[in-house]
Amino acid sequence: MAPVISAASLARTFQTKRGPVQAVRGIDLTVHEGEILGFLGPNGAGKTTTLRMLTTLLAPTGGTATVAGHDLATDPAGVRRSCGYVAQSGGVDGQIGVREELVTQGRLYRLTRTQALARAEELARDLDLTDLLDRRTATLSGGQRRRLDIAMALTHRPKVLFLDEPTTGLDPGSRADLWDLIRGLRDEHGTTVFLTTHYLDEADALSDRLVIVDKGVVVADGTPSALKLRYGGSIDASLQDTFLAITGRGPAPVDAAPVAV
Amino acid sequence: MLLQDTALIYGRYLRQSLRSRAALLFGLLMPLLYLLFFGPLLTGLPLGGRGSSWQLLVPGLLLQLGLFGASFAGFAIIIEKGQGVVERMRVTPVSRLALLLGRVLRDATVFVFQAVLLVLAAVAMGLRAPLGGVLIGFAFVALLTVSLGSLSYALAMKVSTPQQFAPVINAMTMPSMLLSGLMLPMSLAPAWLDVLSHVMPFRYLVDAVRDAYVGSYATAHMLYGVLVALGLTVIAVTVGTRVFRTAGA
Repeated sequence: MAPVISAASLARTFQTKRGPVQAVRGIDLTVHEGEILGFLGPNGAGKTTTLRMLTTLLAPTGGTATVAGHDLATDPAGVRRSCGYVAQSGGVDGQIGVREELVTQGRLYRLTRTQALARAEELARDLDLTDLLDRRTATLSGGQRRRLDIAMALTHRPKVLFLDEPTTGLDPGSRADLWDLIRGLRDEHGTTVFLTTHYLDEADALSDRLVIVDKGVVVADGTPSALKLRYGGSIDASLQDTFLAITGRGPAPVDAAPVAV
Repeated sequence: MLLQDTALIYGRYLRQSLRSRAALLFGLLMPLLYLLFFGPLLTGLPLGGRGSSWQLLVPGLLLQLGLFGASFAGFAIIIEKGQGVVERMRVTPVSRLALLLGRVLRDATVFVFQAVLLVLAAVAMGLRAPLGGVLIGFAFVALLTVSLGSLSYALAMKVSTPQQFAPVINAMTMPSMLLSGLMLPMSLAPAWLDVLSHVMPFRYLVDAVRDAYVGSYATAHMLYGVLVALGLTVIAVTVGTRVFRTAGA
């Protein structure tokens, strides 16, 4: 499989009043076409900053990356045409109707008015929003809102979809629906999905591969079972224990020598 | 691309304005109160200008409308940043400049509309001024709105909370209003205040509109007013564009 995202030493330092803060120290990663990649890490590890760099929202202060063959630094327009992004907060105005938001989004992707209207209907059908087209977005439930956010990001049929904590705040039913939706995108359209999450069951169930970051660098990379075997001690280890072992946030390993006998 | 994108953003925000009629008129409140309760105090006073006191006051109120309205325009973008709307648009191929221009042109539309209502109210109060002069006044309101709006949006893109934004705007607008002689002409001022007021760009704008309101179009005031208004617009839109191109970066 060809890499659809590759990053080398991608870094971002923020200048603050108290001196420079290295949010991302140097990320190296490769994502293959059609892969669902879980991007995990503790709060403040640099997940969102990395996502914002890969989607052109934030200029890197070091390193390079390409997304769908477009270089982040020299061809941001190409990157924008080939990726979709759903921020943690979503991205719709509560006072605006669902249809209007979808049509405006189509127009922002340079569709004609007629094309944008047709695409809005199509997206609404695919994401089960048809009955909601004439509602204001503020009246949607959490799960419906998320489906709308994803519909907006799929307007231009991107090759890569970036999702920042897509299921945070959703009820279990809506989460399960969203997992099916994400799997369907990959299976039917070959979309590469790059998602961050704090729910380890979600990462386990959904991801083909996990990349774990801590303090701005990649600390582990592999399939969920490979990581469990290597860091959790057994393929039956929970991802929770594996994650804690990798990021050093957890209790000491059980086989550690006792401090005192 | 730029024109089409600007029209799209303009349309989105104009529809937003039309949805909330109250917000559409709210900016009128302060200048209207001045017109109703402050204007009548001036009718018998020797103000030193040509024409009636209304021809002096209304140009000041028009610019006050633009000054206070456009300076606070950035608030909307702070809210939109919280909703994720700004970033959602910034990951699309839409022109960065259009994201700014669509907004400031909407603001110019809204404030010129309010300016028309204000002038109509002023006519009812006793204002008589040549139509050409009145139209020139609207053009100055539009330019002032575009420039202050651009700066306001630029600041709002840079800060993360309304608490960081509001004090800066408050600290700027009140002295600007007083030092530009928007309420009363600076010709009444002692020399030091008159000199100080020439540091304020809005001083040149209000002098120009006051000339226009008495039908004097080919004056030094008008020339300076036009130059300052255009210069301010170019600088502000340049600053705004730069911030919108790199925002978040």
